Amino acid sequence: MELFRLTVAEARKLLDKREISATELINSVYRRIDAVEDRVRAFITLTKGQAAGMARNAGTKIKSAGPSSPMLGVPFAVKDNMCTKGILTTCASKILFNFTPPYESTVTSRLNDEGYVLVGKTNMDEFAMGSSTENSGFHVTRNPWDLKRIPGGSSGGSAAAVAADECIAALGSDTGGSIRQPAALCGVVGMKPTYGRVSRYGLVAFASSLDQIGPITKDVRDSALLLNSIAGHDPLDSTSAPVSAPDFTAALGRDIKGLRIGIPGEYFIEGIDPEVARAVRDAIRKLESLGAVPVEVSLPHTGYAVATYYVLATSEASSNLARYDGVKYGFRAEGKDLMEMYMKTRSQGFGAEVKRRIMLGTYALSSGYYEAYYRKALQVRTLIKKDFEEAFKSVDVIVTPTSPSAAFKAGEKADDPLQMYLSDIFTISVNLAGVPALSVPCGFTPDNLPVGLQFIGKHFDEESVLQLAYAYEQATDWHKRDPDL
Amino acid sequence: MKIKKGEIEHIAVLARLYLSEEEKDLFGSQLSSILGYMENLNKLDTEDIEPASHVLSLHNVMRDDIPALSLPGAEALMNAPSSTEKFYRVPKIIE
Repeated sequence: MELFRLTVAEARKLLDKREISATELINSVYRRIDAVEDRVRAFITLTKGQAAGMARNAGTKIKSAGPSSPMLGVPFAVKDNMCTKGILTTCASKILFNFTPPYESTVTSRLNDEGYVLVGKTNMDEFAMGSSTENSGFHVTRNPWDLKRIPGGSSGGSAAAVAADECIAALGSDTGGSIRQPAALCGVVGMKPTYGRVSRYGLVAFASSLDQIGPITKDVRDSALLLNSIAGHDPLDSTSAPVSAPDFTAALGRDIKGLRIGIPGEYFIEGIDPEVARAVRDAIRKLESLGAVPVEVSLPHTGYAVATYYVLATSEASSNLARYDGVKYGFRAEGKDLMEMYMKTRSQGFGAEVKRRIMLGTYALSSGYYEAYYRKALQVRTLIKKDFEEAFKSVDVIVTPTSPSAAFKAGEKADDPLQMYLSDIFTISVNLAGVPALSVPCGFTPDNLPVGLQFIGKHFDEESVLQLAYAYEQATDWHKRDPDL
Repeated sequence: MKIKKGEIEHIAVLARLYLSEEEKDLFGSQLSSILGYMENLNKLDTEDIEPASHVLSLHNVMRDDIPALSLPGAEALMNAPSSTEKFYRVPKIIE
């Protein structure tokens, strides 16, 4: 078996038994990148030089006595909106084309402490705004299952890199589905933890009340392992929750007999691809055969989630992105005075979707419209959150499709922002409610495109989500298929 | 709903963006249709509903005031398009 195909758990075993070295592992990953990256284009920056050094250091640590940290010597791809000290971090935006962070994000700092190996920084929709990675300011990433199609977004580079075995695992960020939707479309596992579970320190902000970092992995065990490494309170992020994180792998393999899974009627609506609906219904039957108990639930405000999200996310973005003014970092266009410099810098530095969202958010927050849009959306957010609280009185986990369709063709929705926004219809409520959710592969369309199944849990109950997802994964073999690259 | 061109121009200035005539037309029609979709929210009666300021029950987060080193000036300025000594350089502010 080629080493680049390994999961984190498999790599750990082989590294610790010294059957392979960290250098052999990263070399294999880079050989894979050499073979497929010109077609997939998952990365913005490859850190081959640093990776070699990190692998050598890991090798020395593994040889010395004592137990290894879980991620020691394991090659990771990191979405390009997480600050890596001394390594270019662009958010796929021309306005940050030359930004080299002087500090390290908490998540990568934790992985550093464990001795991980950074493969590179992955492509994304500019500032994480998009569902196809077509909004990258640099290039388009392709879906490894069909190079004419998009990988999903905004963490499309990370999901494609995992699916194409260009890394062992990856980090993504999820504001409205940006981990789960690309994971579903690329046939890998993606988890958005509970809001506050993982520190956002060093994650370039898009919509601060919704953003959350999480793992994109080849299987559910790796998702739990990586969550172990990155979860926990961080004094540098005042919204990180002061709760201790359990060992998430403990949930794997627990019997799911009697667990109640909620099936919300609002997620099986007209407009959903029949092949997706069929795969998800089959998956629910599979879960039932494993002992889970399906229960019909209702999330009555689901139909309002997309509108609520795009008011709140764009409002927060218009404020967060005010910092890109050509003064402190990144691109600057010269102007005769300060105002002209600001305006030229922003107009030339931001791409069309980012400008559109800044305009929307500025409009929603502007005098005379604040009450009608922003405050109204915050009230509906309360209703959406209550929907989940109500549903979770009678079920342990909610099961839905991750995305209403499989991967669409590049360019198909690029000219219609509203259609693009509606592709997030099944993932957005989760961010508004702050609950955790995970997407796991649950089948393929007749065109051989992966379909994702979403498990949604209660606040801070990633364990039940992982428990069910693992049981499902072990009973199926969707995750074992590889794209033909 | 339809947003007028003057309104687009006003919002663009607030957002510190220059828009080309083409962008004004395009954003005008796209924003009109997106905002039209957002008006679905008005179908809901939210009279007595508290706005969700935060999804978890976190309140003010305080920490001990412990002196620590901050980022050295040279590193903080490392990414600046223009700087001098310990300062960011910008175009003339005062007429």
